Amino acid sequence: MASLRSFLRSGKNAVSAVLRREFHGTPPAAVQVTVRDALNQALDEELERDERVFLLGEEVAQYDGAYKVSRGLWKKYGDKRIIDTPITEMGFAGIAVGAAMAGLRPICEFMTFNFSMQAIDQVINSAAKTYYMSAGLQPVPIVFRGPNGASAGVAAQHSQCFAAWYGHCPGLKVVSPWSAEDAKGLLKSAIRDDNPVVFLENELMYGVPFEMSEEAQSKDFLLPIGKAKIERQGNHVTLVSHSRMVSLCLDAAAVLAKEGIECEVINMRTIRPLDAEAIETSVMKTNHLITVEGGWPQFGVGAEILARIMEGKDFFICF
Amino acid sequence: MFPFTQKHKIAFNLKIYFPYPAICKACWQLTIISKIKLVVVSARTYADFTPQASFDIKKCDVHKLEEGPPLQAVLTREEGLQYYRTMQTMRRMELKSDQLYKQKIIRGFCHLYDGQEACAVGIEAGINLTDHLITAYRAHGYTLTRGGTVREIMAELTGRRGGIAKGKGGSMHMYTKHFYGGNGIVGAQVPLGAGVALACKYLGKNELCVCLYGDGAANQGQIFETYNMASLWKLPCIFICENNKYGMGTSVERAAASTDYFKRGDFIPGLRVDGMDVLCVREATKFAAEHCRSGKGPILMELQTYRYHGHSMSDPGISYRTREEIQEVRSKSDPISMLKDRMLSNNMASVEELKEIDVEVRKEIEDAAQFATTDPEPPLDDLCNHIFYNDPPMEVRGTNPWTKLKSVS
Repeated sequence: MASLRSFLRSGKNAVSAVLRREFHGTPPAAVQVTVRDALNQALDEELERDERVFLLGEEVAQYDGAYKVSRGLWKKYGDKRIIDTPITEMGFAGIAVGAAMAGLRPICEFMTFNFSMQAIDQVINSAAKTYYMSAGLQPVPIVFRGPNGASAGVAAQHSQCFAAWYGHCPGLKVVSPWSAEDAKGLLKSAIRDDNPVVFLENELMYGVPFEMSEEAQSKDFLLPIGKAKIERQGNHVTLVSHSRMVSLCLDAAAVLAKEGIECEVINMRTIRPLDAEAIETSVMKTNHLITVEGGWPQFGVGAEILARIMEGKDFFICF
Repeated sequence: MFPFTQKHKIAFNLKIYFPYPAICKACWQLTIISKIKLVVVSARTYADFTPQASFDIKKCDVHKLEEGPPLQAVLTREEGLQYYRTMQTMRRMELKSDQLYKQKIIRGFCHLYDGQEACAVGIEAGINLTDHLITAYRAHGYTLTRGGTVREIMAELTGRRGGIAKGKGGSMHMYTKHFYGGNGIVGAQVPLGAGVALACKYLGKNELCVCLYGDGAANQGQIFETYNMASLWKLPCIFICENNKYGMGTSVERAAASTDYFKRGDFIPGLRVDGMDVLCVREATKFAAEHCRSGKGPILMELQTYRYHGHSMSDPGISYRTREEIQEVRSKSDPISMLKDRMLSNNMASVEELKEIDVEVRKEIEDAAQFATTDPEPPLDDLCNHIFYNDPPMEVRGTNPWTKLKSVS
């Protein structure tokens, strides 16, 4: 007994070191987290934090999510908070908007944003415009989320990028995360935001792991909507992108670096409101701009960025 | 001069033709009777009126229900006067809006509700203000029954800052507490209403949502999607189809393969109700509310009603229906006349009393119209406000790169 006690006493430091992960006295480790898991964590934490938050969509409950983003949530929260819907986008999107109007905070999942076209009237006319038309009487705190843009060989009907369509409408916030940190921080901000937010994920990014800092792992880690991030510093050319194409830009930057060209890669994070200031500041530095996106070029996100830069106060100084 | 009202019993009565003094038996005050023509010889006190009466109401056709609402409705004097006043206010408000529209003081869309007053008043009588309601664009009547004032409604129609939505919503986008408009997109309000019902069930407050749509909207796909989910999840939702026989200019026979709108819910029980009789609507709504509150899920009501005006102010309303038809409904089934006849024939009110209400209503509408015409329009600064809720002020692009507009939540 005494030997056990002395063992325990001496082992206490080792045990607590294990618990604090301080074997060798190094700072807390960042972990590798996939975008899918980051989204799952964000959903879990927000569902736990606020009783009024609930998730509805096709296959979100018992199937654990069509892309497994909502894995484990139905088991934890039950039928009341995680609701499987029939394949009726217009109907359930409208139901989600109505629930938001009546005081709840729904998260409406579209299996892909291509199907959101069925329900786009509810997203724009019922959700986005209501606060304005009611002159502030009726807010709509809702998040529409799901994979957006191209996937692997799924053909035209399943590959459209909706950033430009939704980004066109006042009253909506449109967010397009790239990394796991982006996904978690922005989804949490979107859920806590009192306005309709369209959250454009990307199916090909779901399985990609990213390093997530200790800070990003906390339950209150939020990223501000409307602020871009400079993923890589450079001073020869600015590459502006969002979602999956940020990976492409970073890869391109790595290739160009070998030739001595340093690219500045900006991850937009938010489509609307657009962080034009970040892009302008970068362009002032580099004098060269390339926009990279998954959507079609005409009337697209890149077209808007170029228009903003050319109309900006500093454009002619570039010359 | 103490006014002669029906409150007082005159101590003696004479048929005379000029003002004469009299002592009121009830309050022993000296009063001057100034009526110049032959009058009702003795005024009646309120104690003389029948406090309440029972009326036979039309039987409702039922679908997937064992029994319908009761065949008799009890109406008290107070209720009767209140329904009369509200319906008359609604009627006069709509007619005044018609006038203002023709004078181009109201612009844009204006869909008038006259003829359908019994629906709005009857439904509100069957639910509580803590329940929820959502309807389509013919919404002025519901805005009134849900707590809006005539002043706010008319100022919203004229687009002034004193309007219920500060002039930014207009005819189709008026909101009050537990009233979600006023919706412009045909049929879109039905899933919204089911969503409100979901919230009612989720929050467990024993409230329900009344979700209205018209005979034209009844063919919308999203409504059937909503029937499915509402029934599956047993949402406390009363779907109400206001069948006024015409979807814009298309009669029901030309638009629907099945005009039994109360059966269109298929697996949802349904009632077909006489929408011109306020008591019938009230009893049916009470029945439906009871059904929802007991957790049985949604229920569908079809109110058979009629609109005197065309679809909107730009529609004269006679190209797809005859003037005779409109006249016939006006003379045989007008909801206000029906209530008035019932009350008078059962001695529940007097002609003067109802006339007095008419006068008061007319004055209220006149004042509201005056306000709506003279109130200033919203300030230009308000243009970009209310884009986002609970957000810090932001800049909004103007019409050119050098114009910056400000938006405040």
